[in-house]
Amino acid sequence: MKAFLDGFMVMLGKTPVRPDHYTPAAEALLAAKRTPEAREKRKQMIAAEKAAKHKTHFWRNWRWVSIILVNLLFVLSYRIDIQVVEGALTGSRFVGFHMADLNSALQVMLAYKHVVINLVIGTSTVLFMWWLFGGRSFCAWVCPYHLLAELVEQLHLKLAARGLVKDHPLHRGIRTVLYVVFALLALITGYTVFEFISPVGILSRTFTYGFSFALLWVVFLLGIELFYSRRFWCRYICPIGMTYGVVGAFSPVKVTYDMDKCLHEGECRKVCMVPHVLSMTRMGYAQDAKMDIGADCTRCGMCVEVCPTQALKFEIKGLSKLL
Amino acid sequence: MSKFFGTSSPDSDERRRFLRSALLGSAIAAASLLGFLPVVKRWSQRLRPPGAIVEHEFLAACIKCGQCLQVCPVKAIRLGDAEDGYGLGVPYIDPRVQACDFSCDALQCILACPTGALNHTLSTKEQVHMGVAHLTNPDGCLARQGKGFKGPARGASFPGIHRYAEIDRWKAIPIADHPYDLESCDLCVRECPIKGAIAMQPMSEDPNDHRRTPVVTADCTGCGMCEMICPAEVAVLTIEPRAVWRAGS
Repeated sequence: MKAFLDGFMVMLGKTPVRPDHYTPAAEALLAAKRTPEAREKRKQMIAAEKAAKHKTHFWRNWRWVSIILVNLLFVLSYRIDIQVVEGALTGSRFVGFHMADLNSALQVMLAYKHVVINLVIGTSTVLFMWWLFGGRSFCAWVCPYHLLAELVEQLHLKLAARGLVKDHPLHRGIRTVLYVVFALLALITGYTVFEFISPVGILSRTFTYGFSFALLWVVFLLGIELFYSRRFWCRYICPIGMTYGVVGAFSPVKVTYDMDKCLHEGECRKVCMVPHVLSMTRMGYAQDAKMDIGADCTRCGMCVEVCPTQALKFEIKGLSKLL
Repeated sequence: MSKFFGTSSPDSDERRRFLRSALLGSAIAAASLLGFLPVVKRWSQRLRPPGAIVEHEFLAACIKCGQCLQVCPVKAIRLGDAEDGYGLGVPYIDPRVQACDFSCDALQCILACPTGALNHTLSTKEQVHMGVAHLTNPDGCLARQGKGFKGPARGASFPGIHRYAEIDRWKAIPIADHPYDLESCDLCVRECPIKGAIAMQPMSEDPNDHRRTPVVTADCTGCGMCEMICPAEVAVLTIEPRAVWRAGS
């Protein structure tokens, strides 16, 4: 429970800290890992792994297929009238059933101050779906901005490696502050203020309905991510990510951490969009020998791919026990 | 609290990061507030689809998904762009380009709306009130000059479509494919989808005077069909969005 709450607070902006006590299992593992022999062995294993250039993009490839397919379904539903998902990511009908993006629905209800029955239906369906699939999975597996930002991130990392740009990390607490600000703005002004700058809505509508000058805003955001701050929008700003993060906190689909297998070399944190969720992979930061990755995790699978020892893996809670 | 915000070690790096975050966060909030400008400046200027609730509530209730646009058989509905501020992604109709002619009969856009921004209690086209047609360019009116009209209403290249009940009850065709030959122009009356919303009235009691003027009645729904079909260079009748009909207007 404490670890769960901690993960939640980290999502809101808290800097992960070393736990003040460990479970007996973790304590024993830590002690074993801190012997000189264990250290030496780890060093060798890391060296061997680096030499082997272990690399797979299994999850990433499926994820890209998923993002493209979902967004393509929206487009084709209208353009060639296959009518699978009609609308945009903000609100749609999936073979006739209402679906509403949780954050857009929240904005609408706060601004409009009415509980719209169709919206409640649409929100419940989506809520259940993302609870099941793991909240921020929306970000990594559906959001079109995520895909663009991911490509720009690769470019940013290349430029950064050559010293042409430098990442300026921000305090993650601003997302929490902005979340409250956007909720209050909708409530007070009576307009869905956030929708005006939501790159997700802008992109989704552009794909289906054609060019919009609002795309310039999306380009501007990507520019910030390329030249100034890595994954600026997804990491520090997006209230949609936050909404789905809260939903996913309780999800059965999780990335789990096995301290026993971990070499603590930190490759996972380097590729992760939200590396604070992987703080337990640092030596001495895991409270337990086995842990769930926190609520902010987008289930993108990058850490699972990059981990040479399978210390991180996807798990469906309850299912593994059942089988 | 200081632990939460990570300021417990107030070295300059940390302070700079905090400042940077505050600045960029404020910039994002400020950018979102830019959407106010167009809303305040051009209050209620867009012609909204049938059933649209009061403008400020409409902007709030609309989830900006475009489902109304998808079901419109004449593609009359388009979505607002960045210049519309909080109207970004919100549907509107530009009747001179493509008017709603109630081709769907059952108000498909209203049925498609997931949030009730288009009022679900309307069930017939006669109940719709989007605005009112006004005689804004009387001098351009052919009927008022006693003239007829021959040819396609808006020229051969006009892309607008319309459902002609006498040709195909279910399919809209390009207006350019439907030329007219009228002794006295009455296109606005002829193509108006609402019975009795508009009529041609003689301009004098002299039976040899062929001049007629279009008169809009309280039944006008503001669909904009008259504005689209008008063959004059500048539409004689234009829709004032959300306006209420007044006698003699």
